[in-house]
Amino acid sequence: MSSVSPLAGRTGTPGPTRPAEPSGRSGPGSAAPAAGPARRLAAWLHRHPSARLSALLSAPLLWLGVAYLGSLAVLFVSAFWTVNSFTGDVVRQPTLDNFQTIVTDAVYRTVTLRSLGVAIAVTLIDAAIALPMAFFMAKVAAPRWRHWLIVAILTPLWASYLVKAYAWRVLLAGGGPVDWLLGGNGRGPGYGLTATVIVLAYLWLPYMILPIYAGLDRLPDSLLEASADLGARAGRTFRSVVLPTVVPATVAGSIFTFSLSLGDYIAVQIVGGKTQLIGNLVYANIGAANNLPFSAALATVPVLIMVIYLVAVRRSGALEQL
Amino acid sequence: MDTPAIRLTGLRKSFGNVDAVAGVDLEIADGEFFSMLGPSGSGKTTVLRLIAGFELPTSGVVELAGADVTRKAPFERDVNTVFQDYALFPHMSVIDNVEYGLKIRKVGRRERRERAEAALATVRLEGYAQRKPGQLSGGQRQRVALARALVNRPKVLLLDEPLGALDLKLREEMQLELKHIQRQVGITFVFVTHDQQEALTMSDRIAVFNAGRIEQVGTPAEVYDQPGSAFVAGFVGTANVLRDDAARTVLGEDGCFAIRPEKIALESSPGDGSPGDGSPGDGSPGDGEQGDGLPDDGDVTATGRVVEAVYAGPTTRFVVQLDAGAQLVALRQNLRSSSADVQSYRDAPVTLRWRREHAIRLPA
Repeated sequence: MSSVSPLAGRTGTPGPTRPAEPSGRSGPGSAAPAAGPARRLAAWLHRHPSARLSALLSAPLLWLGVAYLGSLAVLFVSAFWTVNSFTGDVVRQPTLDNFQTIVTDAVYRTVTLRSLGVAIAVTLIDAAIALPMAFFMAKVAAPRWRHWLIVAILTPLWASYLVKAYAWRVLLAGGGPVDWLLGGNGRGPGYGLTATVIVLAYLWLPYMILPIYAGLDRLPDSLLEASADLGARAGRTFRSVVLPTVVPATVAGSIFTFSLSLGDYIAVQIVGGKTQLIGNLVYANIGAANNLPFSAALATVPVLIMVIYLVAVRRSGALEQL
Repeated sequence: MDTPAIRLTGLRKSFGNVDAVAGVDLEIADGEFFSMLGPSGSGKTTVLRLIAGFELPTSGVVELAGADVTRKAPFERDVNTVFQDYALFPHMSVIDNVEYGLKIRKVGRRERRERAEAALATVRLEGYAQRKPGQLSGGQRQRVALARALVNRPKVLLLDEPLGALDLKLREEMQLELKHIQRQVGITFVFVTHDQQEALTMSDRIAVFNAGRIEQVGTPAEVYDQPGSAFVAGFVGTANVLRDDAARTVLGEDGCFAIRPEKIALESSPGDGSPGDGSPGDGSPGDGEQGDGLPDDGDVTATGRVVEAVYAGPTTRFVVQLDAGAQLVALRQNLRSSSADVQSYRDAPVTLRWRREHAIRLPA
């Protein structure tokens, strides 16, 4: 048996000769580890980092390539097809007809702008609510309360989307609790665009709170103390120190609230009255109108808006906060 | 009579049932460089935070320049703080960081810029105004934090272990520079540190903290040469404490005594043989001490054996087990000996010798 233990050989510890291991602990022949097939494979992978990497990443990359990007590509390609209005068959000849309709027909412009407005309103409302809440959670609340507050923020995400949307339908109904709270029938917003914004803002609020909370959690308390030390009151500290350092986190949260609002079509069906958003038009064209290519063309509109938004966001450094 | 810059009276601070500060009374004079020295958890930083207003005391009074500020918020107190982690605003440039306090006090743009640039010049960072804190080294950040506090011309500057994160070389440079800046601006500095060398080097006076209380306040020389307790003797410098039987045998007195290592001369016991026979130049421990005026009639001697000899560059530390029972550390300049000799000193019989007045009686 060698006088140098396997461990010492591998780490290559320099220095004086090491004493042999006590013979009681490792008898003769047990110095080398048992070389099973699993161990041999592990050793081989250790020597071939590129093979290790491809074994690790091939499945998720395949999923990303085929399921995510592939479906987007199919969507984009089919957007250039048309439907034979007589037979209802898809005509696989590339044409810009769909896009021409979207651009020229006033209805689609109105709906696009309305969807954009809803997404912006939801994002702003969520940011306005999430900032003080996240600040309270990260900087004011005692640590043991912090955990319960996070649980309270996350719990609604366990409940079904539909249940929550229908709960709001009940709340907002004519003569319902919201009307009653505001002092009489018809005082509440009722069903419509306002109700849609309220419900979406409620649904996506956790997605805004969590990144801001994480951002504030990384903000050292000493920065707040330094600001107070230099003469700033709470409001000034919030504006000059807290807000600028959480802007990237807020933008990160807005990516969720903005894109989720832009694609939503269920909440608006439940509480939106006759209001239509892009999602409703896509849905209508798939179902009732049986015009899949036109749906695809419509669906590229929010995708395009999101791409523009992400490019703008990237410049603010928010993507590093995700 | 001058009003002290800071007066603390019966100051206490409890976190839960832990007393971080357990009754502190202290006066710090105007223009003083005052250090609060102590191990971590001794309450020195909490006292600093109570002065700054980041914590409110459980009981007691904080006065700044004679005015009671105990319940005032940090932004209502004429003090500024240099934080241990510097706490620079990461999204602002260096000059914006420095101007922050002036901007809040609505100082005009022109004057603001002039004062901020002057403050950066004081800390020798003229060319860095437009950088972000993330682009600076630790030492530079520390200077920005200093400039940001100094630019407001506070009555008192509080420094919370500001040199703790710097490497030794830079720390020694900054110690001298801080002292220089303090003389230049004439502001009262309250400096928190756990590094006794740092406190001794820089301070006009030192308060030694232990377990939420002040053990001793005094000039560096007082604290070092006349430690008021065994804790101070041990924390400020190396603890050489003789007590009980050892004190009776060696000094002929009852009580507890402290002797600084560098006051102890080391001589080979004659006629013993190994490793040297006591003659000059044989590399034995006593060599460096020949001809320094010792021995003297007033000296105390004690015999023992070297149990450990540690070479530390300019000096060698000897841990000596006295025949009388206690262990003493003696420090000797490496005038003639070198690192190669150190090994041969182990187990050598030696005689320790010091002046009687260098054994300081400690309160029991």
